[in-house]
Amino acid sequence: MKLTVRIWRQSGPEAEGRLVSYPVEDVSPDMSFLEMLDGLNQELIANGDEPVAFDHDCREGICGSCGVVINGRAHGPERTTSCQLHMRSFADGDVIDVEPWRAKGFPIVKDLVVDRSALDRIVQAGGYITAPTGSAPDAHATPVPKPDADLAFDNATCIGCGACVAACPNGSAMLFTAAKVTHLSLLPQGQPERAQRVLDMVDTMDAEGFGGCTNTGECVASCPKGIPFASIATLNREFLKASRSGR
Amino acid sequence: MYLDGSPITDTSAPDVPLEKRWDERKFRAKLVNPANRRKHRVIVVGTGLAGGSAGATLAEQGYHVVQFCFQDSPRRAHSVAAQGGINAAKNYRNDGDSVYRLFYDTVKGGDFRSRESNVYRLAQISGQIIDQAVAQGVPFAREYGGLLDTRSFGGVQVQRTFYARGQTGQQLLIGAYQALSRQIDAGTVELHARTEMLDLIVVDGRARGIVARDLITGEITTHLADAVVLATGGYGNVFYLSTNAMGSNATAIWRAHKRGAYFANPCFTQIHPTCIPRSGEHQSKLTLMSESLRNDGRIWVPKRQGDTRPPGEIPEHERDYYLERLYPSFGNLVPRDIASRAAKNQCDAGYGVGPGGFGVYLDFADAIKRLGRPAIEARYGNLFDMYQRITAEDPYQVPMRIYPAIHYTMGGLWVDYDLQSTIPGLFVIGEANFSDHGANRLGASALMQGLADGYFVLPPTLNDYLGGTRLEPVDSGNVQVKAVETEVRQRIERLLTIKGKRSVDSFHRELGLLMWDYCGMSRNREGLSKALERVPELRAEFWRDVRIPGGAGELNQELEKANRVADFLELAELMLIDALEREESCGGHFREEHQTPEGEARRDDEHFSYVAVWEYGDQPVLHREELTFEHVHPTQRSYT
Repeated sequence: MKLTVRIWRQSGPEAEGRLVSYPVEDVSPDMSFLEMLDGLNQELIANGDEPVAFDHDCREGICGSCGVVINGRAHGPERTTSCQLHMRSFADGDVIDVEPWRAKGFPIVKDLVVDRSALDRIVQAGGYITAPTGSAPDAHATPVPKPDADLAFDNATCIGCGACVAACPNGSAMLFTAAKVTHLSLLPQGQPERAQRVLDMVDTMDAEGFGGCTNTGECVASCPKGIPFASIATLNREFLKASRSGR
Repeated sequence: MYLDGSPITDTSAPDVPLEKRWDERKFRAKLVNPANRRKHRVIVVGTGLAGGSAGATLAEQGYHVVQFCFQDSPRRAHSVAAQGGINAAKNYRNDGDSVYRLFYDTVKGGDFRSRESNVYRLAQISGQIIDQAVAQGVPFAREYGGLLDTRSFGGVQVQRTFYARGQTGQQLLIGAYQALSRQIDAGTVELHARTEMLDLIVVDGRARGIVARDLITGEITTHLADAVVLATGGYGNVFYLSTNAMGSNATAIWRAHKRGAYFANPCFTQIHPTCIPRSGEHQSKLTLMSESLRNDGRIWVPKRQGDTRPPGEIPEHERDYYLERLYPSFGNLVPRDIASRAAKNQCDAGYGVGPGGFGVYLDFADAIKRLGRPAIEARYGNLFDMYQRITAEDPYQVPMRIYPAIHYTMGGLWVDYDLQSTIPGLFVIGEANFSDHGANRLGASALMQGLADGYFVLPPTLNDYLGGTRLEPVDSGNVQVKAVETEVRQRIERLLTIKGKRSVDSFHRELGLLMWDYCGMSRNREGLSKALERVPELRAEFWRDVRIPGGAGELNQELEKANRVADFLELAELMLIDALEREESCGGHFREEHQTPEGEARRDDEHFSYVAVWEYGDQPVLHREELTFEHVHPTQRSYT
C-alpha cells in the first residue's frame, strides 16, 4: 500500500508544533501501525532527518505505553492499542492524521510523546490496598464471590494508556480512576480504606488538571480494554457515600 | 578465546539440611535497627516484578529507596506482559503437590543446571507469594465457592498454577506497582521514571551508585547509595526478534559485568514454543501466546510434506499429532524446550504450515466440542482476541499457527545464595540474575522467581549486608565516581560524532539474525565459529558507521537504542564463546553434536555439571561453579 501520513511534529514542550506530511510506500497490511511508523523513521534517518518520537514498548497491547490519536480517534479506528492496530484497517492511498494525546493533564514532551505521570499520582493518592509484605493470611482465608472477583478483574485490566482522557471532550480521567476504585472496592481486602481512597483519588484527579465528567461516553468507546461505563457510576456512588460519611 | 580461571563457590548457603537452609540463613542474617534504616539509601534499578516488589518492601522496612525505570511509569515494566500464571506449592487441589515436588519438578525442568539450594527456597516461598498478592487485591481466577482456581502448565502433572485470565503478569505487576506507589506517596521511595542506568559506580571494591541518563532532558546524573539492586530483566533482545518489550536491554548488567560482576551461563536462552509466527520482514517483535493454551489445544501438522490445503480440509487421519505420538504421557504438555524443538524439527522436515512453512497448528476444535465455546472463551478469551487481531484469523474457527521464539534468558549476572554478585553491595534479582532456572525453565516459574526475590529473599540478605558492613561516606566529588561519569559522557559524545550511514536498527537486525541462526535453538561448532568471526566485524562497523540523528540534550530515541545495541554487540560475543565451550545439550540449549539417536538432547553431567561463570577481561576468564545434586539425582529427562 501507498499512504500519506500527516504527523504532529513538535521539537519540545515549549516549541510550536505542526502537522507534517510524509509519503510512505511498501506498507504491508500485516504491519502494525507502529511498524509502519518504524519504516517511516528508517527512511527519515536515511535522509538525514530526525525520526518521529513516539512512546511504545511491549508491542502486544498490554504495557499501555503506546497511544496516538489517529484520524481523530484515540488509538485509531479499531478498539485496540496503537501497537495492535494493523495496516489492514486502512486502504491504499489513504491520508492518515497522527497526533499526540491532547489533554491539559498530559503535557506534550516531543512529537507524539506526552507526559502521563499524572495518572501515577492518582494511584499514589490511594489506589492500593495496604498489605505489608510477609504477614498476609493464607490466600484461601477470605473467599471472594466469583461475580465480584470477575468484575474486579474486568476493571483491573486497565492499562493506563490514557486513551480515555484523550478521547474525552473534557480531558477527564474519570474512567481511569473509576476502574481503580471499582476494582479495589469490590474486594473484601479493599474495605478498610474504601472511603478515604475514593476521596483522595478524586481530589488528586482534580488537582492534576483533568476535566470533569459529563457522561459523554467517548472514554468507553475508545478504551482498548473495554472498561465498563458502569464503573463511572460506581465511582460517583462511592464518592457520594464517602463524602456523606464525613471522612 | 578464553582463559581458565579458578573455581568459584557459593559460600552463603548455610551448611545445614536443604529444608532448613533458608530459615537458618534468615536467622543468622544481621539486622538493622529500624531507626537506622532510613539513614541507608538503596538504589533499585527496574520496576518489574522483582524491582517493584523489592522497592516496595525495602521502603516499607524503612530504607530510603531510590528507584529507576526507563519507562514513563513503573507500571509498564515488561513483567506486565506475562500471561499464563504463577506456580505455588499450595496443594489446594489435593493432588499430591508439595514444596518438595515443586522443587523436584523445577530442578528437573531446569535440566540439572540450577542450584538445589536456590530452587528449594523458591518452592518454599511460593505459597507466601500467593497470600501476599491476594492480600494486595490481585484478582486471581476463582471458583464459584469463592476459592482460588488453578490450572496445570507444561512439564508438570499437578495443578499448581494460579492465574488471572491470560494476564497474570499484568495483575501481579500492578499489585507490586500499587505497593510501590503507596511508598512513593509516603516519601520513602524516590522514583526516577524515564531514567536509564548507563553505568555502575564501584568505590573501593563496593557498589556505591549508578550513572544514569534522564531520557527527557538528556542530563547525565550520578546517584550514590549504600547498595545497588539490579532488577533489569533479561537480554533476549540481543536476538532482535523476541517476545521481550522493545526497550528491554542488557546495558545495566553488561556495564556491571565490565565493572567486575561475573556473568553466568550467557548462552542459556529459553525458546518458547507458542509464539505467533512472523508475518514478514517488517516485523519488530514477536508475540507470545500463553503456554496455558496447550492445556486444551492439540498440536499437529499435516502428514504430507508441503500440504497447502486449509486445515479444515485435512481429514483427521492425515494429521500428525506429533507431540501426543512422541511423548504419550505428557502429550501437548511437554516442557517448553521439547515442544519448541519438536516444532522446529517438523518445520525443518517440510511439514510446517503458513507463510514459508514456519508454523504448526494449535487446534482447539476438540476442546470447543468437548467444553463448549463459552468455557474456552472464559479460559483464553483475551488470547484468542489477541491472536485474531494480529493475524486476522479467527482461532475459534481455524487452528492457530504457532512457532518457537526467544522468550527468556536463564543466564545473567552470577549471584550467591544471598543474591549478591561478585561485587560486594551489588545485588541482582529476577531475570537479571542466573540463579534458579538452570538450562531451561518450566512455565509459570519466572513470575514466581521475580516476586520471591523482591518480596522475600532480598530484604533479609540486604539487611545482612548493610548491618554487617562499615561503609565510608562517598560524595559526588570522589575520583572513582567522577571517572565513571566522564566515561559515560564520552561514550555518548563518541556515538553522536560517528555520523555514519547505517541506522541503529539495521545493525540490531543483522546481529539478531546471526544469533538466531547460529546461537538459537540449535547450535554447532561450525556455526558458532562463523558467528564469532562476524560479530566483532559488525561491532567495528557499528562504531565506524552508525548514524544517530539529534543531540544528547533532548529526548533522543535513536541514541537510547544505540547505547543498548552497542552493549548487545559485546554481550553476543560472550554468548557465542559460552555456547562453544559447552559441549553438551541441555534444556533450551541444543548442540547438534550432542544428541541421542532419537534426536533428543544429550547432557554430559560428567564434564558439564557446572555453572559457567565469566569474568570480564581482554579475554574472558572462565570460572566454574560445580553443581551438586544431593536430592534430585540427575537422570536423563524423559517425558515419553
